Amino acid sequence: MTTPLITTSRWGNKDGHTLDGYIKSGGYQALQRALGLTPKEVHEEVKKASLLGRGGAGFPAGVKWGFLPENVWPRYLVVNGDESEPGTYKDRILLERDPHQLIEGCLITCYALGLSQCFLYVRGEMAHGQERVAQALNEAYEAGYVGKNILDSEFSVDIVLHWGAGAYIVGEETALIESLEGNRGMPRLKPPYFPASIGLYGKPTIVNNVETLANIPWIVLNGGDAFAKIGAEQSTGTRIFAVSGHVNKPGVYEVEFGTTTFRDLIMGEEYGNGIRNGNELKAFIPGGASAPWFFEEHLDMPLEKTAVDQAGSMLGSGAIVVMDNTTDIVKACHNLVRFFARESCGKCAPCREGTSWLEKILQRIIDGNGRSQDLDLLLDICDNISPGISWPPKQTTICPLGPSAVSPISSAIKRYKEEFDKYLSKSKPNIPVQIKSGAG
Amino acid sequence: MSRLTEESLRTANDIIDRYPIKKSALIPLLHLAQEQDGWVTDEAMNHIAEIIGITPAEVLGTCSFYEMFKRQPNGEYQVNICHGISCHLLGADQLIHHAEETLGIHEGETTSDGIFSLEGVECIAACTEAPCMQINYRYQNQVSESQFDELVKQIRSEERSDIPKHGTLAKVRQNISAERIAGFDSIDESIAPVWLERNGEVE
Repeated sequence: MTTPLITTSRWGNKDGHTLDGYIKSGGYQALQRALGLTPKEVHEEVKKASLLGRGGAGFPAGVKWGFLPENVWPRYLVVNGDESEPGTYKDRILLERDPHQLIEGCLITCYALGLSQCFLYVRGEMAHGQERVAQALNEAYEAGYVGKNILDSEFSVDIVLHWGAGAYIVGEETALIESLEGNRGMPRLKPPYFPASIGLYGKPTIVNNVETLANIPWIVLNGGDAFAKIGAEQSTGTRIFAVSGHVNKPGVYEVEFGTTTFRDLIMGEEYGNGIRNGNELKAFIPGGASAPWFFEEHLDMPLEKTAVDQAGSMLGSGAIVVMDNTTDIVKACHNLVRFFARESCGKCAPCREGTSWLEKILQRIIDGNGRSQDLDLLLDICDNISPGISWPPKQTTICPLGPSAVSPISSAIKRYKEEFDKYLSKSKPNIPVQIKSGAG
Repeated sequence: MSRLTEESLRTANDIIDRYPIKKSALIPLLHLAQEQDGWVTDEAMNHIAEIIGITPAEVLGTCSFYEMFKRQPNGEYQVNICHGISCHLLGADQLIHHAEETLGIHEGETTSDGIFSLEGVECIAACTEAPCMQINYRYQNQVSESQFDELVKQIRSEERSDIPKHGTLAKVRQNISAERIAGFDSIDESIAPVWLERNGEVE
């Protein structure tokens, strides 16, 4: 059986983003079908599909939906379209090339769970995505698919397009809610662990990623069982992976989840097509900047959540970044750490202080001012942000941003310590002379 | 340098009406102010505080958190070169260095004629198109040094009408007509949606 394209089937269509193009290719049939079922039945289909969240944490969507408390209203749907994890590049294309599929996914979710309003939060920098979604919503409202009495039923819901304004941390779901409430995008203290109990305006709120919701129409049309048959037992359906960096054919590919291997995606002719210039693989990031690195020995591992988790990393947001043997590991490590230092929201001290210390120490190593004890110092700071530097990471912070900065450092030092040593051996540290007091 | 114009104010009120709590409209309204003036002025922030019913300090508090909001005059064209990991691996640092030479400014500065502002920015989700950049949030993929210079030349000679001036984010806005709007329930009343009740799904 060839794997069907579930979320990217319209990417090749010129008019896939228009209402006509969407309907011509089977669009809004799932909504019609859902309205013929009871909301509970729709929820059941999604549970049966075992659809894992596609944003980064990989939590089963159907289970998350089940956390809504009974009889508390109104309830909201917030769509997380703040894609900003370095290397990640899928939600933006879903927004630009198939906005109606996402809209249909939102509508079905609202119907199933009794969510009375939907806020579609799109990252501010994605101007074209904003335009495509706005256009799609305008068309869908006009045609009766969104708004009051959808398709002449009793089901009514508004979908409000909301703009972000540049902040990686807003991808964390409680920070996203803060931002949507008009505040600084700082994560909320847990518990409650899930906004499903207390979310937007203190009301029950489901926060789902764009790709997660884009799967919903297919699941409703074809059934949760059919979805669960694709992929591996605990990683069902398909997933979109972006392969970038030093490969011959960087690209965004939808593949069967849980069975395709890293080697397929990085080396396979129809995908990454091997390392550029005939070079050798040095390392690759399997799931976005926050993920610990993998190396050659991991190539034959399937892109399956449990397997990757057990190997000490994560599939995260589906971003595979490939580094060849020409890569300066210290500089790559610095680049990733600088990202977290810049994007720390500043709420928790270990992250606010720690990530920028890490960045400054790596910078001085690169600049030739490194000190002999700097590697120990780096790991000591890492240990203060994420005690034990283990996987999954422990955290001294409210959200995982701080501990994420630890991943590139521990990965790089563990595997390529000699590259740090090379910098340090040529280093002439500029250490201020210590003035002894009271020596006299 | 102004408060919101009447036209902006009408758009602002349309946006505010979509949210159960007015403050939710704050970020969209700051974008509106930036679209009007090219940057977010103090006067506009004060005006937004008035219409939302919060303090100017609260508006500034939110505004200053987000990178896209510029609180001083900005170049008409914001040049954001991505230096995320994928672009870093494929020459982003050299491209930024080249851009600094071409424009005669450093990262974070604006050219003296007020046309270009240059920044190195975090990942903008075009990783397979590295090194990539955005000019006023419009993508330019796999940019070479000569392509960069060509873009600058085109903008200086006003040949790039496809790129709107800084502040204009989306050229298409969401419109919800009065006939089609579903509206929302007050957050103070716990009313189950009618379609759940009809299906007997409310306990």
